[in-house]
Amino acid sequence: MDPGTLRTALAPSPGVGWLDDGVARVSADPASIIRLFAAAGRHCGRAPLPGAPGWTADQAARVLLLGALPAGDLARHVDDLYRHGDAAEKLAVLKALPLLPIGDAAAPLLHDAVRTNDTRLVAAALGPYAVHLDQAAWRQAVLKCVFMGIPLAVVHGLAGRADAELAAMAEGLRDEREAAGRRFPDDALALLRQST
Amino acid sequence: MRIFDPHIHMTSRTTDDYERMAAAGVRAVVEPAFWLGQPRTGAGSFADYFDSLVGWEPFRAAQFGIRHHATIALNPKEANDPRCREALKLVPRYLDKDSVVAVGEIGYDAMTPEEDEVFAAQLELAVDHELPALVHTPHRDKARGVERTLAVVRASGIGPGRVVVDHLNEVTVGAVQDAGCWMGFSIYPDTKMSPSRMVEILRERGLERMLVNSAADWGRSDPLLTLRTGEAMLAAGFSDDDVDRVLWRNPVEFYGQSGRLDLSETAAGEATFEGSSILRGGS
Repeated sequence: MDPGTLRTALAPSPGVGWLDDGVARVSADPASIIRLFAAAGRHCGRAPLPGAPGWTADQAARVLLLGALPAGDLARHVDDLYRHGDAAEKLAVLKALPLLPIGDAAAPLLHDAVRTNDTRLVAAALGPYAVHLDQAAWRQAVLKCVFMGIPLAVVHGLAGRADAELAAMAEGLRDEREAAGRRFPDDALALLRQST
Repeated sequence: MRIFDPHIHMTSRTTDDYERMAAAGVRAVVEPAFWLGQPRTGAGSFADYFDSLVGWEPFRAAQFGIRHHATIALNPKEANDPRCREALKLVPRYLDKDSVVAVGEIGYDAMTPEEDEVFAAQLELAVDHELPALVHTPHRDKARGVERTLAVVRASGIGPGRVVVDHLNEVTVGAVQDAGCWMGFSIYPDTKMSPSRMVEILRERGLERMLVNSAADWGRSDPLLTLRTGEAMLAAGFSDDDVDRVLWRNPVEFYGQSGRLDLSETAAGEATFEGSSILRGGS
C-alpha cells in the first residue's frame, strides 16, 4: 500500500474536500493535525475502501494527514497522536507506520500495542513495520495472536521470520490446549508443521 | 425491548454484567467520566481513565454487541483537589474524540468556589465543542444544588435543550422541567429513585425530555434497572411505544445532538480485522 493509492481510493468519499483542505492546513501548521486527526472519521466515514483492501476511509484519511507533517518533526507528532489517540486513531497510526519516512523511531509504539488486549491493535502491530521489533518481542507477539484467536494471516512475513524458538513456544501452547481439551487453531498448527 | 442506558459506569462492571445487559436488550450505553471510589492523586491518573473510556471500554462493550460512548470532564468532587485540577487541561483533547458525545459529569458536589469555576469552564467547553452537557446534581443539599445548577446553566448561554440534569427525584424534577432542560433519573436498588416511583413521575409529567438510567457503578447498583423500569411502565399501562421512547428514542435524541452517535451494528466494523472475526480474545 502507498499514500497515492489511498488517495485514489478515497476520491469517491464525501469528505475528500475536507481532507484536501486538512492536508493543506497541516502542511502550513503542523499542530493543526491534532484536531483534524481526531475528526477524520466524522468527515470521511469509516467504511472499508473497495480501492484499498484492508483499509477503511478514516484510516486512509489519517495516513494522508500524517504524510503532510514536516519530516524533521514526524516522529514526535506520530508518537503524540498515538499516545493521545482513541482506539481508531491508534489503529490508524500503526497501519500508517510502514508508509511513513520514520525509520525505527516509532518502534516503542509497537511494544505499547502488543501490551494491550485490543485484538485490532495487536494485529496492526504485526504489519510490515514489525521488522523493527526485536525477535524476542516479535515471537511473543505472534504467540499472543494464537492465544487471543487472531488469525496468523495478519502477521507480515510470518513464514520468513518464524524460527525454532517460536515453534517451541507454540508447541507449549498446543500441549496446554490439548491437556485442557481445547482447540488449537489450524493456522498455528500449520506454523508448527512448517517450523519443525 | 431495546434499551439505551444514557448513564452507566461500565469501567466498574464485569463481563457478566455486559452479558446480562445484552440479553436484556441493552444495545447502547453512555459512560460518563466521574470519580471512582478511591480519590485520584494527579492528572496522569485521569489521562489513563479517559484513555480507557475511548479505548478499552468500547472494545469490551463491542464484544457483547453493545455500542459504548462516553462523556468527558473533570468531576466536581476532584475539581476541589489542586493535584487533580490539572486534569481540566486534558479535557478539550478528549472532547474531539469520535465516541465522546457530551461534556460530563459536571456540576456540583459540595458547592465550593472551585466547583463553581470548573463547572462554568466546562459548560464553556461544551459550547465551544458544540456538545451537549451532562450535569450531576449533589447528593447533599440537593434542592438548592439544583437551583444553583440551573442558574449556572442559564448564565453559560448553552441551550437548555442541550443539557441533562441528572439524579433527579420528586422534589427536584419540577424546576428542571420548567427550565427546559432534559431530566435524568438514576434508578437504584435503595436510594436515588425506584422503578415504581419513576413510573409515577412519568405519569404526572409526561415522557418528553425524560431520561432513565441505571447509573450503575462501583457502589450497590444494578445495570438492569432500566429494564425493570420499562417492565413497570408496561405493568402500569404505558404502551410498548412509550417504553421505546423513554428507553431508546429519548437518549438517542439527546445525545444525537452531538452528531457523533454511532448506533450501527458493532460486529460490522470493529469486530473484524480484514474480514476475519478477531473478537474471541483473551482466552
